[in-house]
Amino acid sequence: MSIRVLFFASLADIAGTRETSLDAAGFPDVKSVFEKFTRDFPSFEGYRSSVLFSLNSEFARPGTPVKDGDEIAFFPPVSGG
Amino acid sequence: MYLLTRECIDTKSIADKLKKPEDGAFVLFEGIVRNNSEGKSVRFLEYDGYESMALKKLEELGDRARRQFEIRDVAIVHRLGHMEIGECSVVIAISSAHRGPAFDACRFIIDTLKEIVPIWKKEFYEDGEVWIEGPK
Repeated sequence: MSIRVLFFASLADIAGTRETSLDAAGFPDVKSVFEKFTRDFPSFEGYRSSVLFSLNSEFARPGTPVKDGDEIAFFPPVSGG
Repeated sequence: MYLLTRECIDTKSIADKLKKPEDGAFVLFEGIVRNNSEGKSVRFLEYDGYESMALKKLEELGDRARRQFEIRDVAIVHRLGHMEIGECSVVIAISSAHRGPAFDACRFIIDTLKEIVPIWKKEFYEDGEVWIEGPK
């Protein structure tokens, strides 16, 4: 089992992918996963104050716990309509 | 009715499905692709979405509107993918006994959609392209 991680819009462009996965071990919460990708993709740093998180299709906070099988998404403020 | 589609939105068919004899008001909002944005000429747009979450949020929005306003039915349809100038990106339709709640619900839905539904717009100009972040 692992965590499925999705990126959208500008964050997908930076990551060069819309989806990846991660072994859940060592990642207790949403923020720890974001920090991991900020190390992988330093340009994520610019989104630190604006990035939105979701866990299993519901908005999440940095401290929301994650577990095996979860789907996390990182994305910029939305602009639909 | 809640839908994400990559095809042209058929506004008339949405309207025809929503209206019932007991309705005294029908309010329709269409968001359309504008040829300019903050002084720049826009050639076309592309919309991307986190589809499973976006659909869930559209349903939640409709449910909230039904609870908050005295409306009978609601439809929200958002298009994704490539759109030319003048094409319709989103349709919100409300049917109700009276016009007041229908106007109020429609305004609530489009304003809230722009805050919480995970869909993003990319504007294409003559000299480049930019993801729009946050509602305008």
